[in-house]
Amino acid sequence: MSTLAPIQGNTASQSRITQLRFWLLLGGLTALLLVSITLGVTLGPVDIPVGAVWLIAASETINVLSDITSLELNSWVNIEANWTKAQFNIIWLIRFPRVLMGVFVGAGLAVVGVTMQALVRNPLADPYILGISSGASVGAVMVLAFGAFAFAGIYAISVGAFLGAILTFLIVFLLAQSNGRLNPVRLILAGVAVAYFFSGLTSFITLTSDNRELARAVLAWLLGSLAGTDWVELTLPTAVLFFGSVYLVLQARGLNALIVGDETAATLGVDLTRFRRSLFGVVSLVTGVMVAVSGAIGFIGLMIPHIVRLMVGTDHRRVLPVSIFVGSIFLILVDVIARTAFDPVELPVGVITALLGGPFFLWLLHRQMKERGGM
Amino acid sequence: MNLQAENVSWSVEAKQIVDAVTLAVAEGEFVGLLGPNGSGKSSLLRTIYRILQPDAGVIELDGANVWHIAPREVARQMAVVMQERTGDFDFSVNEIVMMGRNPHKGMFDRDTIHDFQLVDDALARVDMTDFAQRSFLTLSGGEKQRVLIARALVQQARVLVLDEPTNHLDIHYQLEILELVKNLGVTTVAALHELNLAAFYCDRLYVLKAGRMVASGTPEAVLRPDLIRDVYDVWSEVSTHPLTGKLTITFFPEKVGHRLNGNNKGQII
Repeated sequence: MSTLAPIQGNTASQSRITQLRFWLLLGGLTALLLVSITLGVTLGPVDIPVGAVWLIAASETINVLSDITSLELNSWVNIEANWTKAQFNIIWLIRFPRVLMGVFVGAGLAVVGVTMQALVRNPLADPYILGISSGASVGAVMVLAFGAFAFAGIYAISVGAFLGAILTFLIVFLLAQSNGRLNPVRLILAGVAVAYFFSGLTSFITLTSDNRELARAVLAWLLGSLAGTDWVELTLPTAVLFFGSVYLVLQARGLNALIVGDETAATLGVDLTRFRRSLFGVVSLVTGVMVAVSGAIGFIGLMIPHIVRLMVGTDHRRVLPVSIFVGSIFLILVDVIARTAFDPVELPVGVITALLGGPFFLWLLHRQMKERGGM
Repeated sequence: MNLQAENVSWSVEAKQIVDAVTLAVAEGEFVGLLGPNGSGKSSLLRTIYRILQPDAGVIELDGANVWHIAPREVARQMAVVMQERTGDFDFSVNEIVMMGRNPHKGMFDRDTIHDFQLVDDALARVDMTDFAQRSFLTLSGGEKQRVLIARALVQQARVLVLDEPTNHLDIHYQLEILELVKNLGVTTVAALHELNLAAFYCDRLYVLKAGRMVASGTPEAVLRPDLIRDVYDVWSEVSTHPLTGKLTITFFPEKVGHRLNGNNKGQII
């Protein structure tokens, strides 16, 4: 065994290779994201020339920047408008916000899935399966039906959804405890039961409400849809995704320790109670805000983390950033399918994610049972 | 750095698991914690490494109550090797070992050459260098245990708490791990199963029975046939090995013990 020690340590050189592959992957995913956005904006009932997509984006960005900085930027860079007013409206006012919403919601749900799986140490965890999305829907619908949280103005629905999410998460978490430990089977069962209960509650509130508009909105929440997004709606998801992801990436070492085990995390210096509390907060906030704008789009938080772990391993310093990209690319593309594949019918995107996610869940369950010889 | 537990009690649902236990480990000392399964060894250790908050009593590191120190600070001073349940999520061996650096790292810190060096050294010391890239979940119980000891080494703590570190290990690695820990010279407390190894490596021993401390002292003072009979319910013969000068204990089943011994103290005549 006593060969000469290598000049460059084993772990250091391996880590350099891993890092290089990670950055190459991020580069590739960035390119893929841009392609997906372009596709998302271009494809649809009305054909859009690819070139116009980014020219309009560039010229609008310059306009906004000019307004903010009060510089005459538009006079320095001249982009010739070779598109019609109708094309402009479709690209800039309808499709761009919708595709960007797909980016943020997809990324947000993926990040939430990664965090929840670490928090409850269960590969089957996802905001949809554990009922958090349903809880958020109840919160959102209560705002619409009873005008709750009116003080929050246009963010009232998000506030309601956040409170619904955190409350549900706590209920499910407490129901899943047995003898002071989190029981994986109980967790899933409690989540499913709570999800059904809150879906029922959502329907109940809707059907007994005087508000006729509600039924349509509620269907969107139950199924999950990105339709009808406008620019203003994007601000809160953008901010929440940004701060949530930055916080989680900075806590990646803690998440690594936590996913190995509670006691491991504690003996490696994680303040368990505080860390759990803050993760609960972040997960509920991101889920709540994403559900408020897009409804309960299921299984993204389940599928993306697994796909990403197959690519880069379990270290959250890599899993979180890659999940952001894969989640957004995935949701954009699925939304394109939902919009175009069954023309003239446009499906809510949540229908497609459920059709993909259900079998995925079963496959995970099967794999887990094979490894453990039953749960 | 010394470690002290004073009158520590811990109970669950009115069942007293750890009952007013006092234990002290001096700087550089290797202390063994003995007792049959269910005697409260693990629970006592868990109160020491801050997983279970004791109902009564205090645990101190160099005189400071561990429950008053930030978890991160405790983790820099005390490393723990425990019975790890395996989960569903896999890491490579060197990623697991690198986690030992966590308490030394701020939010914005990256892994440095120094960290990588520590990981390489630790893996070499537990003879796991060739496994650095392997997936942790595919390792055997003994290999996992060695990786976790490497993680504790990387933590560079001055107190080591080991909960049955040699479980699942082949005798070769049992000796090697205890030899390794002994030679570290750091303050160590270890729950141990195997009395001969405890006698060989430990400076002092504590013995738990049903949550109470029933004996403490040097192996020679503690490991007597009557105590072994009382605590473990087996017959034994204790002698001093001619080569090592350490105690060796031979165990006998009930019927052999009875045949060999009439005085009912466990001592073979």
